[in-house]
Amino acid sequence: MLRLSSINFRRLGGYFERYYKMSENIMSGAEIVIKALADQGVEVIFGYPGGAVLPLYDAIFKQNRVRHILVRHEQGAVHMAEGYARSTGKIGVVLVTSGPGATNAVTGLTDALMDSVPLICLTGQVPTHLIGNDAFQEADTTGITRPCTKHNYLVKDVADLSSVMHEAFYIAGSGRPGPVVIDLPKDVQFAEGEYLGPEKVEQRHYQPQKTGDPQKIKEAIDLISQAKRPIFYIGGGCINSGIDSCKAVSELVKLTGYPATTTLMGLGAIPSSSPQWLGMLGMHGTYEANLAMHGCDVMIAVGARFDDRVTGRIDAFSPGSKKIHIDIDPSSINKNVAVDIPIIGDIGSVISQMLDLWKKKPSRVDGKAIEKWWKQLDEWRSVDCLQYEQGSSPKDSIKPQYAIQRLYELTKDRETFITTEVGQHQMWAAQFYKFEEPNHWMTSGGLGTMGYGLPAAIGVQVAHPDKLVVDIAGEGSTMMNIQELGTMAQYNLPVKVFIINNEWLGMVRQWQELLHGGRYSESYSAGLPDFIKLAEAYGMTGLRASQPDQVDSVITQMLETPGPVIVDMVVSKEENCLPMIPGGAAHNEILLGLNEQKEQTQSEDGMVLV
Amino acid sequence: MVALLAPFPKYECKMKKNIERHVLAVLVDNEPGVLARVVGLFSGRGYNIESLTVATVSEDDSSSRINVVTSGTPMIIEQIKAQLERLVPVQEVNDLTTEGPHVEHEFILIKITNTGPERLEALRIADIFRARVVDTAVDSFVFSINGSPEKIESFLELMRNLGMVEIARSGVVAIKRGEKRRDND
Repeated sequence: MLRLSSINFRRLGGYFERYYKMSENIMSGAEIVIKALADQGVEVIFGYPGGAVLPLYDAIFKQNRVRHILVRHEQGAVHMAEGYARSTGKIGVVLVTSGPGATNAVTGLTDALMDSVPLICLTGQVPTHLIGNDAFQEADTTGITRPCTKHNYLVKDVADLSSVMHEAFYIAGSGRPGPVVIDLPKDVQFAEGEYLGPEKVEQRHYQPQKTGDPQKIKEAIDLISQAKRPIFYIGGGCINSGIDSCKAVSELVKLTGYPATTTLMGLGAIPSSSPQWLGMLGMHGTYEANLAMHGCDVMIAVGARFDDRVTGRIDAFSPGSKKIHIDIDPSSINKNVAVDIPIIGDIGSVISQMLDLWKKKPSRVDGKAIEKWWKQLDEWRSVDCLQYEQGSSPKDSIKPQYAIQRLYELTKDRETFITTEVGQHQMWAAQFYKFEEPNHWMTSGGLGTMGYGLPAAIGVQVAHPDKLVVDIAGEGSTMMNIQELGTMAQYNLPVKVFIINNEWLGMVRQWQELLHGGRYSESYSAGLPDFIKLAEAYGMTGLRASQPDQVDSVITQMLETPGPVIVDMVVSKEENCLPMIPGGAAHNEILLGLNEQKEQTQSEDGMVLV
Repeated sequence: MVALLAPFPKYECKMKKNIERHVLAVLVDNEPGVLARVVGLFSGRGYNIESLTVATVSEDDSSSRINVVTSGTPMIIEQIKAQLERLVPVQEVNDLTTEGPHVEHEFILIKITNTGPERLEALRIADIFRARVVDTAVDSFVFSINGSPEKIESFLELMRNLGMVEIARSGVVAIKRGEKRRDND
């Protein structure tokens, strides 16, 4: 029996093999992956080769539908894909090898999860029969990435590969977007299987709700029209929802005439030129935005998640307001702050439902109350909380705010994409660079990843080769992914790295000044390179400004220089980022300067907060 | 038998601070890693697990049911449900505690070691609780018992005084009760 069946099996196998060879949809696992990427509209992937992904790199070599950008470190690859995704609205794709390749990608994946960036990260894995054996360059990738991805897969059978690939794209891009990891053992990359196109793959039960509950929307519209001290609180969810959604939100804001504030992630969702925009809110947000949040009676949260950077002390957050919260992720509702009217759905759909209702019924707003509210807001605005003093003599140092403000003034007339690293310069960029459109501001908000900006700028530049891309950087953060200068050089990407160099890890120094008695423990950036020579070493242009009157000429020179440029903007060392709501404080305890009450700036409870 | 219905101390101390005990039934795709996702969600976000059981329930083994007993403020419980629903392989989350009458059951095996009058007493109490003797040796018994968590807890309290040495518990499994009345159209 045994012999007979084995012969039969072999014959059958041969038959199938010949039959399959005729079908063009039979290919290796690696080819299935690349074909799936191409069919999903992927034009470019960011990656780094290694032993466990050699078949995939071979498949990349043999085709020209998908372009590959070779990075210098896997973390850089993920941030590039993030920059690419956030500036285009498409899904970013990363390809890394097993073990260290995958673990290096973890920071980027967590960053993408926190900021809801749609990514696909393909990781190599040791062959299935070696999994669990502590094989060379083996890591439990699905185990490690489970808490830092929206979903992940380990594909053990080539027959599942096409459906996993297409499902992964659907999951990454739908609902609240996020990163998806697909772990691909090397033998699965070699194995032959049938490729199924996107149309042939069935979706599972994962179906995020898109349209909002009409009853809740009606309640919300009633509440909005009765508001006396309303505010729109707009977050990054609007931008994730798309350009049209941002336009709809802007229209609703305009129609109501109500004030609006945006979060760090929401900058650009409504035009900054709108007189109704109060600036960014939160820890380093404007005085007027934070006080308006504290004093409002109706808050309309749109695609925002009541993050602790935004709310400050949670039990003192906007105490007297009714809150409407629109979000596609039900777990964002009532997570930190209890809301009165939750609306689950896609911002675009929900806001257009609201617009329909608003336009249909002559919803009168309480004109008198709103006028009074605006008077109050204008009073707060007149405090001019972002003011700084820039001396003009050559002996004066450049204020970092001035450098960013000048950068804005000299680039505002052309389409400019801004990325940042993390720290003081990031907050100054958020305060002083103004955005008219969504998808032009890329920063690491949720995770606060130093070293984000340079690779993200590369990703943006790859997506928009002819546009101006500036990484507003700090000298500390830049050093964290400085190796990506190699990627910039290789592809001659004309990214402008605009380093606000105060020789300190400025935000750490600021907190040490504020909370730790000025004991500046390990926060000085010693051993910095000469950034001009560094630029030259990579064949780029390096520029430096150290006096106020050099700022404009250096920026102009940076803009006129084709190819990559590193600007070393030597700025004042002791400048602090203000206004500031200290940890554990409420919105109305916002500080405009640190000097007046340094001792009282932080409560004991607030000390432990980050 | 009235004693069996008395609330046992563990739940009493949980009454303060608005902490509620909830029994959740989570239907998931039966695929590798799904339990790790659910458990990782609880540990990663600092939620409590009082008990957890999991087994496949569909004929084709495609779905598993996880019964999890958790506790938290109403806001936390809502958050737990929303977070569970966000996991891709989760098909359905039912909060049996809020969705109406349900039956909770637990099964345990318990070994006691004793001699003389205590041995007899153990046997007598086991009889009262309708526990079954599933193994006997010269100086030990293994009882099996199933029932509501309250009943199990009362039985364990008594057995602790009588030389209990080892317990194996299944954790709570629970199911919604059927409709008591038929709706007339």
